[in-house]
Amino acid sequence: MSHFSRRTMMIAGASALVLPTASFATSDVAAKEMVVRLVADVNAVISSGKSEAGMIADFAKILDRYADVPTIARYCLGADARRATSAQMTAYVPAFTIYIADKYGRRFRDFVGGAIIVKDAKAVKSWIEVETTVELRGRSGFRMDWHVSDRSGRNAFFNFIIEGVNMLLTERAEVGAMLDRQRGDIDALIAEMRAS
Amino acid sequence: MKISISFLVLAAVLGACAPAPQGGGVNDPYETTNRKVHAFNKSVNENVFGAFGGDGTGAGISPALTDRVVNFAQNTGGPSLVLNGILQGDVEGASVNTMRFLLNTTVGVLGLFDPAAAIGLPEQDTDFGETLAVWGVAEGAYLELPILGPSTERRLAGRIVDWVINPLDKVGTVEQKDYSTIANLGARVIKAGDASGAIDSVLNDSADSYAALRLIYLQNRRFELGTTPPDDAVDPYDDLYGDQ
Repeated sequence: MSHFSRRTMMIAGASALVLPTASFATSDVAAKEMVVRLVADVNAVISSGKSEAGMIADFAKILDRYADVPTIARYCLGADARRATSAQMTAYVPAFTIYIADKYGRRFRDFVGGAIIVKDAKAVKSWIEVETTVELRGRSGFRMDWHVSDRSGRNAFFNFIIEGVNMLLTERAEVGAMLDRQRGDIDALIAEMRAS
Repeated sequence: MKISISFLVLAAVLGACAPAPQGGGVNDPYETTNRKVHAFNKSVNENVFGAFGGDGTGAGISPALTDRVVNFAQNTGGPSLVLNGILQGDVEGASVNTMRFLLNTTVGVLGLFDPAAAIGLPEQDTDFGETLAVWGVAEGAYLELPILGPSTERRLAGRIVDWVINPLDKVGTVEQKDYSTIANLGARVIKAGDASGAIDSVLNDSADSYAALRLIYLQNRRFELGTTPPDDAVDPYDDLYGDQ
């Protein structure tokens, strides 16, 4: 009896340790639902017939709504984010949003007439990978995976991978090259991003 | 004769292949030369492809015609895809590509049309570079080739072998053998035009277009071969600055 209850207690104790962590991790269903909403918004922008500038502005709103921009921005600045002042980081994150919205928003015109289709979601490492395909009119489509996590406090994507090309790795290299071109001056980098 | 030449080429190039770096990084010992080739390729892109108006339709060529060129060229590559599929032990890919070649060459009028794709048999793209990867040959150093663009030592060895042992010479029709080279050149220009928006964006808007193209190419090529290094799946919540 005492042996049984001690075992029960141990299991209960272990569950108490494990459960909060388990419930903290986002579910594949929730992540997939988020990407379905995200994709619906993106598809609406693609088919809106808006000008390129209009599409870019809409894409910036989509980023704010669905992406964990502060995490993406910090990772892309890399080790240099350690030496940035808090004032610089406060200015850098919105400047980075402008830069990303401009860069990827411009590419949206390639998708006009096409659509993004959500396929599947599965747990990978500590996040959920949601697989989508981008179907283009008259051309072969391509695969786009979204990495979704709730570790920012809400469900948000922190990376996307287009046919193997990883946004975080690619933008980290690009931001590094931009900073090198500015001779390591973070304020100049922020100004350049704002001017995107 | 041709086969023995290709084995010689293969042995020579593979002997020269530098080992792949650990952790999925970039192995670029020829960077100085590669950067010179990149500057040349960039000027070709601006002056030659730019002259076509960028989007492939600027020269006034209708998609009805460009699709025929691309389909014909793609179909002439079919026997090579089948051979590589067999060499890789990829029975399904080799079967699909065999059916595609037979169907498109006959019903598809020498490959001008692609009825196989319409019935759910899309091309299973491959090359001898992938065959080498399946056989366990290392990726080798990164290369930027004149006109052809980004490559690796292993991919270059594969290109040479694919070119030397092209089974189209055995199984193709007279028309396919006669026009395959020119059609493939045309298809290359058309495809470059189709992708020109994305290519121009990388070439013109990157702070370091050489490094950007190199990273994008290597990630995409490794994805196609199923050799993406596990380290590429980065977790910015565990490794906040990516320098751990």
